[in-house]
Amino acid sequence: MPYELIMGDTELDSKVPDGPIDQKWTLYKQNAKLVLPANKRKYTIIIVGTGLAGASAAATLGELGYKVKSFCIHDSARRAHSVAALGGINAAKNYQNDGDSVWRLFYDTVKGGDFRAREANVHRLAEVSLNIIDQAAAQGVPFAREYGGTLANRSFGGAQVSRTFYARGQTGQQLLYGAYGSFSRQVHEKNVTLYNNREMLDLVVKDGKARGIITRNLITGEVERHAGHAVLLCTGGYGTIFYLSTNAVNSNGTAAWRCHKRGAFFANPCYTQIHPTCIPQAGDFQSKLTLMSESLRNDGRVWVPKKKGDDRHPNDIPDEERDYYLERRYPAFGNLVPRDIASRAAKKACDEGYGVGPTKRAVYLDFKSAIQRMGEDAVRERYGNLFEMYEEITGEDPYKVPMRIYPASHYTMGGLWVDYNLMTTIPGLHCLGEANFSDHGSNRLGASALMQGLSDGYFVIPYTLGNYLAQHQPHDELTTDTPEFEAAEKNVADNLKKLMEIGGERTPQDYHRELGKIVWNYVGMSRDEEGLKKAITDIRELRKDFWSNLKVTGVNEEFNKNLEFAGRVADYLELAELMAIDALFREESCGGHFREEYKTEAGEARRNDEDFCYVAAWEWNGDPTKPKLNKENLTFENVKLAQRSYK
Amino acid sequence: MSSTSNAMKFTLRIWRQKGPKDSGKLVDYKVDDIIPEMSFLEMLDVLNEKLAAEGKDPVAFDSDCREGICGTCGLVINGIAHGPLAGTTTCGLRMRHFRSGDVITIEPFRADSFPIIKDLVVDRTAFDRIVQAGGYVSFNTGSAPDANSVLVSKDASHDSMDAATCIGCGACVAACPNASAHLFTGAKVYQFAKIPQGQPERDQRVLNMITTHDKEGFGDCSNHGECEAVCPKQINIKTIAQMRRDYLVASLRT
Ligand SMILES: Cc1cc2nc3c(=O)[nH]c(=O)nc-3n(C[C@H](O)[C@H](O)[C@H](O)COP(=O)(O)OP(=O)(O)OC[C@H]3O[C@@H](n4cnc5c(N)ncnc54)[C@H](O)[C@@H]3O)c2cc1C
Ligand code: FES
Repeated sequence: MPYELIMGDTELDSKVPDGPIDQKWTLYKQNAKLVLPANKRKYTIIIVGTGLAGASAAATLGELGYKVKSFCIHDSARRAHSVAALGGINAAKNYQNDGDSVWRLFYDTVKGGDFRAREANVHRLAEVSLNIIDQAAAQGVPFAREYGGTLANRSFGGAQVSRTFYARGQTGQQLLYGAYGSFSRQVHEKNVTLYNNREMLDLVVKDGKARGIITRNLITGEVERHAGHAVLLCTGGYGTIFYLSTNAVNSNGTAAWRCHKRGAFFANPCYTQIHPTCIPQAGDFQSKLTLMSESLRNDGRVWVPKKKGDDRHPNDIPDEERDYYLERRYPAFGNLVPRDIASRAAKKACDEGYGVGPTKRAVYLDFKSAIQRMGEDAVRERYGNLFEMYEEITGEDPYKVPMRIYPASHYTMGGLWVDYNLMTTIPGLHCLGEANFSDHGSNRLGASALMQGLSDGYFVIPYTLGNYLAQHQPHDELTTDTPEFEAAEKNVADNLKKLMEIGGERTPQDYHRELGKIVWNYVGMSRDEEGLKKAITDIRELRKDFWSNLKVTGVNEEFNKNLEFAGRVADYLELAELMAIDALFREESCGGHFREEYKTEAGEARRNDEDFCYVAAWEWNGDPTKPKLNKENLTFENVKLAQRSYK
Repeated sequence: MSSTSNAMKFTLRIWRQKGPKDSGKLVDYKVDDIIPEMSFLEMLDVLNEKLAAEGKDPVAFDSDCREGICGTCGLVINGIAHGPLAGTTTCGLRMRHFRSGDVITIEPFRADSFPIIKDLVVDRTAFDRIVQAGGYVSFNTGSAPDANSVLVSKDASHDSMDAATCIGCGACVAACPNASAHLFTGAKVYQFAKIPQGQPERDQRVLNMITTHDKEGFGDCSNHGECEAVCPKQINIKTIAQMRRDYLVASLRT
């Protein structure tokens, strides 16, 4: 019985505080238990990851006086994948006087997420967005400015106001460097200790609480124990499960998955975001796909030829023979519809035979009108670096020829289940940033991930962690000399040994590539029952093959990329099955999860609020084929559930 | 991978070194079936998969974002840090910039302050320590005023951003005959020197960062300009001039 749904019996308590939605966070902060300043330094907090979420949390907790041990797989904290974010960060500042407010950002985010996020979390995010911009500006982040010296904004998808702050096309880089600066100051002050080149490979749970981690030193291969009073997981998303994605080649789901196997529930794994504007794949050799920022849709117009298989050069196709399909189908939002909608529309155009370029899996993103309207220099000022990147990769000049774009895996809304405190189902284990499932429902709006990572790290966790420690975790003496550490370390060492010793024929990359194809084809932009069942069967077979035919070169005791990748692919071979199972049992379409069986006559996603207005929180049950489903029912008291319309 | 009509072949002369204490040497490898759209690192992926399939130790090199922003990658290609194309990181370089049949020499970013870990991977943590010495604005989370209460002119913000764009890859050090990290350090100092938020700590910042720079064993700058030529983000050496002026002023004041 491979596709039987097994129900868990855990009551999930989201711990959302009482009170009206716009008062909840204020009341929470007023009532939160505090740790005495003199006691803070007696606590050691383990923070895994130094992206926006991890670096901002480490800096802030360090400033507060906690002892922080920070870990990352990179040689430097500054290289976390947050560095690659291009387009911008949202905040409800209403500096443009165009009608923005905390309420509107809250509403847009809930609606953008297709009504599958927790209202209270999203409202807090919208409130805190204001502080983030203040914080970053004070750090000296060189945001774009108006001539008068105030901050500039641009528009992003899913919003009718201009609330996105940016630093050229390098917003993530600059925000990360801001956080990394504050982080570095705490390293200097000796409140934060950085353990670089370390991969977390297991969580240590003692008396039901997270009390430490096991890491592998990626330079020496040494397996190490680290104890703390709480663990914060800030390890990013699992978008590389598709093999080809806009994420970095070292991005992974390993830390989150290993915590899942220790008892942290994994929520909504099937909610993944396929970004509409990426440079199309050119061949099998390709190791990653490059994003062209969503900000380009401010001025670029998406089109395909009206005639199927039209092979003319795009510049030879006159305007009346082009189908600006987003403008036609969604007049209210036009080219700025949310990502899931834009991606599916591109797929549909290509499936129906209107695709362009050598592979016919691409649509045009055209800047001709923008160049005519504001001149080439103004376009260069806004998007220069993106245009250059495009030209270097494709050899085509987008000032002269429209860009060719196609959707690619970009972001994962799913992640470890957390309550309002950002705590997982393992007490003491918190999860921040893209690694958790919290704020974006089934579709994330552009420029909201940076906002969430920094909100979690700078402004939420300092309160909620203190509240936890003060009530539930005394600052007892730390030791790694316990049976729990012993067992976890052995688990990691055995697993590494097992990977090294299979002695088969195929490389980890080879397996990853094949897994990626299965996930992309059947658990990608559109899904159906038959395909999902096939995916589950194929993944199981591939997993079996992996454990009998993997080949890892080199030895454990040195810098060994193959061994690193092997462990990550092994985890993805399990997580991929959970993604497919989650997608199979969510018999509705919502946001990034589109089931062919559930759509409106116009081909739009058809939600089923009656039966599926819940968070699917999966529980590890000893075997990847038998996860247990627990539900957190979502209630909407402030926003009316409605069919999402951008027409 | 299938052979295509425009497939290219190369002889790669690669620095192999087992560990920090071993001596290394250049070893030749052949690759064919390389297509012009491939990035330089994807070409090395092809080599490594071939080596792995033959049961040989793949060439260790590091990379992450593969789009020119994280600063992880970095190879000296035919004697030039990040290769022949100006303003590009190693990961952004495409094989169409080479001619089929070329011999390509690939070495790590060499400097005493960047010890070799394995093959083409070096330890650049000295950069982090320079930043820790003062490459930031000191204030605690939560105490910031409204973002628009401090005005920054568009030009100043632009200028600051030009320097802040540094990705910390270390090409400047690898290219410099003195293995100086003045471009890296100068870029940070300059970024803050140009904006109001950077003023309160301006003196202390430059003094502390340069002290750490020297302590880490990086050399002094003697105006060769090699750093600017290889910088993938095209950071201007005027940042070094500014840093020196600031250093002088700060030394006189303290
Ligand atoms: C190309 C691109 C462009 C984007 N543009 C935007 C944008 O314009 N606006 C926006 O809002 N969002 C954008 N996003 C999304 C956003 O950048 C990410 O969601 C966000 O930065 C994630 O931050 P994070 O701190 O959660 O994780 P990351 O920044 O991914 O950091 C993960 C950290 O965890 C560490 N780590 C991972 N695994 C382990 C392990 N096992 N052990 C130890 N350490 C580990 C890593 O070293 C790293 O430090 C973009 C994403 C991409 C890929
Ligand atoms: S891999 Fe990130 S800059 Fe090259």
